Amino acid sequence: MRKITVLPSPIAIVSSSAVGGKEEGEGPLGGGFDLIDPSDSFGQSTWELSEAEMGRVALNIALRKCECSHEDVDVIVAGDLQNQCVASALALDSFGIPLIGVYGACSTCTESILLASALLSMGSNQTAAALTTSHNLAAERQFRAPTEYGGQRPPSAQWTATAAGAFILSKADKLVTNGNKSYPYVPAVKDFMIGRLIDGAIKDGANMGAAMSFAAVDSILAYFEASEYSPKDFDLIVTGDLGSVGSSILKDVLFEKLPLAVPKLTDCGLVLYDMKRKDVHSGASGCGTSASVLASHILPMMRKGELSDVLFLSTGALMSQSSLLQGNSIRGIAPAIHLSAIKNDNYEVK
Amino acid sequence: MTMTNILLAFLAGGAIASTVQIFIDKTNLTPARLLVFLVSFGVFLYAVGAYEPLFEIFGCGVSVPLIGFGATIARGVKEAIDSTGALGILTGGLTAGAAGITLSLMIGLGFSLAGHGKRRNIPKIRR
Amino acid sequence: MDIYTKQGKKRIISEHSPHSRLGLNMLKAFLFGGGICAFGEGLRGLFLSLGIKSDTSTLLVSMIIIVVAATVTFLGVFDNIARHAGAGTLVPISGFSNAVTSQAIDARSEGYVLGVGAKIFTICGPVILYGLASGVIYGIIYYLTGLFGW
Repeated sequence: MRKITVLPSPIAIVSSSAVGGKEEGEGPLGGGFDLIDPSDSFGQSTWELSEAEMGRVALNIALRKCECSHEDVDVIVAGDLQNQCVASALALDSFGIPLIGVYGACSTCTESILLASALLSMGSNQTAAALTTSHNLAAERQFRAPTEYGGQRPPSAQWTATAAGAFILSKADKLVTNGNKSYPYVPAVKDFMIGRLIDGAIKDGANMGAAMSFAAVDSILAYFEASEYSPKDFDLIVTGDLGSVGSSILKDVLFEKLPLAVPKLTDCGLVLYDMKRKDVHSGASGCGTSASVLASHILPMMRKGELSDVLFLSTGALMSQSSLLQGNSIRGIAPAIHLSAIKNDNYEVK
Repeated sequence: MTMTNILLAFLAGGAIASTVQIFIDKTNLTPARLLVFLVSFGVFLYAVGAYEPLFEIFGCGVSVPLIGFGATIARGVKEAIDSTGALGILTGGLTAGAAGITLSLMIGLGFSLAGHGKRRNIPKIRR
Repeated sequence: MDIYTKQGKKRIISEHSPHSRLGLNMLKAFLFGGGICAFGEGLRGLFLSLGIKSDTSTLLVSMIIIVVAATVTFLGVFDNIARHAGAGTLVPISGFSNAVTSQAIDARSEGYVLGVGAKIFTICGPVILYGLASGVIYGIIYYLTGLFGW
């Protein structure tokens, strides 16, 4: 039996920000983004630096929203898609915040929020930040082909999002209050379950959603087996970037094993872009997808009280170019966090 | 040179491209592997004596696809062996392919001095 | 539904993965691939009519296609065409040229020696290597058959 970690007291996400590129700004959630750079470059000379700068900007915005300075943040948990998490390293040196770098491929967002809330529960730390970035062109260069290479993407391929999500977390009973007066609710992490490695069975880097879907199945089934909750207690069960292929596998399997969960399912990879107008094939991918959808769409709805309980699972496809060339199949992982909207005692009706 | 030649080149080039497209869509072979296969296939075609007659009929329809590059290498090897003996095995290929390879590399180098890759849009779906 | 074995997962994945529109893709590849070759043949006719030798004309055609493809790559248009053309732009020498130029301009940020210098060969290197290797094998066979008068 897998275990759910219930936090001694909920850890609030007191502020969040989403920053993205042109395509993300033009998508259905574009209005929820705090900053869009239509050039995707964020004023930098390389795409790798652009990703770092995007993360830096996102963290600054999130800090400003809760009227905190970087000195108030005790620890930051950050990750991205670049080798050795170098985008986070390049983004964060100027802040001087103690850093834990994480790599969970596209599951990084959930993983970093999970770790940050666990750290806050342990005692002396009061405030933590979580930061996740991915950049389409930096990822393309690293994982696939040069940006101008003329290749054809199969219909199962996904489009790596140029997006960053930053989150400031704090113990719910010691809210960094200032920025939080304007919303009736504060989203908070109540409990979480760490993901298990599940073999995705395939070696096709252009079908990651399918490879990750089994990890999502595993985590969702395990979560509801181990917890007192039923899918009925949740407004949404949000997966990270399964895309249309992975989502349809997840739906089909859950229809057989946990039918109650099926109507609650939604996938960040399916909502970031307007899939009727843009040819993204199977949907969005990259760790920025779930981070930016959470920050630009899900958390704002929770703050207004439109959603009360959300099970959030970013799904990660763990692989490298050389492991694929050496014939290893993709491993999937899907950590889950239970977000719950708690009443904001500092709310001031205007 | 007539319209017939152009039509024949069109048909041959199209046939080769759409055959390779089947491999792209139906197998896991990457474009790089397909290019390697095509160039080696060109050498093979020349070696068995099939390339020259095909070229007589289809012209650029077989010389412009990468098969033609393979055939050029093979012919270079053959001619070098005919004129210089065993050493031609080593010198013929690169000598014959030199124009294409060097030109490509020099242009690539030149353009890399001039600028870098651009951002990409997600293509729109046309209805 | 078997989600616990490799075979079961593979079966589920293949049931859910969309298929490429093979017919349409083949048609586009045919039109683009054929078009490039027909353009080349037209040029070759022009060169021949100008009295240029047959071998040189064929070579010139390939060189012009290399230059055009590299330029279109540099302008950021090649990938947009290739998205439709697929094998139609890959199979003619344009695919080779695109592979070289796209790598070169992409690796520029990593410097000119181990960036551009090394990575320019990432995709074209295998083509050159195995083209030459096939040529050497053919050369050995050709030489030996000539030597022994087979």
